[in-house]
Amino acid sequence: MIEFRSVSKTYQDGTAAVEDFSLEIPARRITVLVGSSGSGKTTVMRMINRMVDPTSGTVEIDGVDVATREPVQLRRGIGYIMQNSGLLPHRSVLDNITTVPRLTGVSKADARRRAFELMEVVGLERSLADRYPSQLSGGQQQRVGVARGLAVDPNILLMDEPFSAVDPIVRDELQQEVLRIQAELAKTIVFVSHDIDEAFLLGDQVVVLERGGHIVQQGTPTEILANPATDFVATFIGAERGKRRLVVSDSTPAIGDDRVLVDGGGYPVGIIAAPGGRLEAGNPNPKSRSVSNKTDQAGDA
Amino acid sequence: MDWGWIGRNLDLIGGRVLEHVALTAPPIVIGLVLSIPLGYWASRSRVARSILLVLGNIVYTIPAIALLVLVPVLLGGAILDPVNLVIALTLYALALMVRSAADAFAAVPHDVVSSATSIGYSAWQRFFAVELPLAGPVLLAGIRVVSVSTVSLASVGALTGIENLGSFFIDAFQRQFLTEALVGIVAVLVVAAVFDVVLQLLGRLLMPWNRRNRRAAENPALLRTPPIGGVA
Ligand SMILES: Nc1ncnc2c1ncn2[C@@H]1O[C@H](COP(=O)(O)OP(=O)(O)OP(=O)(O)O)[C@@H](O)[C@H]1O
Ligand SMILES: [Mg+2]
Repeated sequence: MIEFRSVSKTYQDGTAAVEDFSLEIPARRITVLVGSSGSGKTTVMRMINRMVDPTSGTVEIDGVDVATREPVQLRRGIGYIMQNSGLLPHRSVLDNITTVPRLTGVSKADARRRAFELMEVVGLERSLADRYPSQLSGGQQQRVGVARGLAVDPNILLMDEPFSAVDPIVRDELQQEVLRIQAELAKTIVFVSHDIDEAFLLGDQVVVLERGGHIVQQGTPTEILANPATDFVATFIGAERGKRRLVVSDSTPAIGDDRVLVDGGGYPVGIIAAPGGRLEAGNPNPKSRSVSNKTDQAGDA
Repeated sequence: MDWGWIGRNLDLIGGRVLEHVALTAPPIVIGLVLSIPLGYWASRSRVARSILLVLGNIVYTIPAIALLVLVPVLLGGAILDPVNLVIALTLYALALMVRSAADAFAAVPHDVVSSATSIGYSAWQRFFAVELPLAGPVLLAGIRVVSVSTVSLASVGALTGIENLGSFFIDAFQRQFLTEALVGIVAVLVVAAVFDVVLQLLGRLLMPWNRRNRRAAENPALLRTPPIGGVA
């Protein structure tokens, strides 16, 4: 578990990026920090691995204040995956994945064997091992970034908008990859995003931030959708007029008891069964997210 | 042209080429090595950068012959000692190279450095494994200029009696003997060219990613997004 206790961060130039931030991040779950640009998401996340030290307050991992940990050692035990993959441009794919294990003294042979395993886990062909990052597509680079983050088998993975620079189809694939990896490896994942769809898809817990790192709302996607805490949240998630405000279309009859649902913009988004005019109830807690609204579109391309 | 003179003096020519190499290789290497910590420092602090660049300009403005006289006076050595020339050339090399090194380190992509830190590189490891190699291409460009300039500048040492390829120019002038001057010029050019080839080969050997990156950049089919910190 990661715990923030009244954490504030004021940068040297006087910017109060985060003010009095408190949050519990449960172990082995995905917590998504979501909010608009400049709301302090990255600052919050970087306080976990001491890339940023809080001005006041404490950050604890399993009850141990990170301020007492030596930063370099701390970081080697936490996977970090960032927007532009952050790969070393002068190192091959394989060397990028093995770099942290090598720093911690794992033998070259062991590190390579593990790297090949991880390439498989994240869906990279072995033949790419000797390429340089600039010889990969953006999506492949991100996969290498994920493999590198997993290389030391960390308990915690920090992911800072890792997929925002890749095209939507690749992003869908990578999001599914994260869910699959999480189902297999059960890491504590802190994921930063400014995309509410991504947050709702990935997050067991979603934390909506406003400027200054103020938590406007936190909860499961269902809780947030059911009860947006403020107008800001309602607008942000599109619950008022956006694509999450759905109505049954009268004008279009569908087969049998089915009705067509349209979103706030009038676009059809799905079908709902309404036997005898009553809407069907379902379980809002997905056991597996393998059925996402996007996978089908993305196909297995 | 007196071609026969060349044939009769091959030993002399060869000897002076070696002298020349022995006098110019150390300043190039030492200049590079010293420029690295200074350039790194300059890339980190604006004040350091201004001071170092101004100092470099001042040193580079001192006429070579004045520096050759000044060095033994300041260091208390004999005026004919070849070490004076090596020291003077090192100062010039460093003065030129500091700017390149400062630019080289300043051009290392910030996000790559920050990413290396986030995954657990210590400051030293990061310097040697990330920042120095990524500064490499600009350092190489800088040291190639320094190499040519040092090889040509060394000839001046002959004026104070330090034997090297420049000695051909002085002989030629005193004896009004064109062949010797031409031999000197060609030999200096050849030494400079050989140094340059050696530097380029070293660059390729030490920075294999640099060429492949360039090739990738020329072949957009390999890329869906631009290289991060890649050489375009
Ligand atoms: N090193 C820094 N020095 C000064 N101010 C900073 C620094 N890093 C961030 N800030 C400021 O702190 C605030 C929060 O920044 P942060 O990067 O945490 O936001 P973010 O939510 O991650 O934004 P984005 O979605 O754009 O990445 C912003 O106002 C930003 O300008
Ligand atoms: Mg950010």
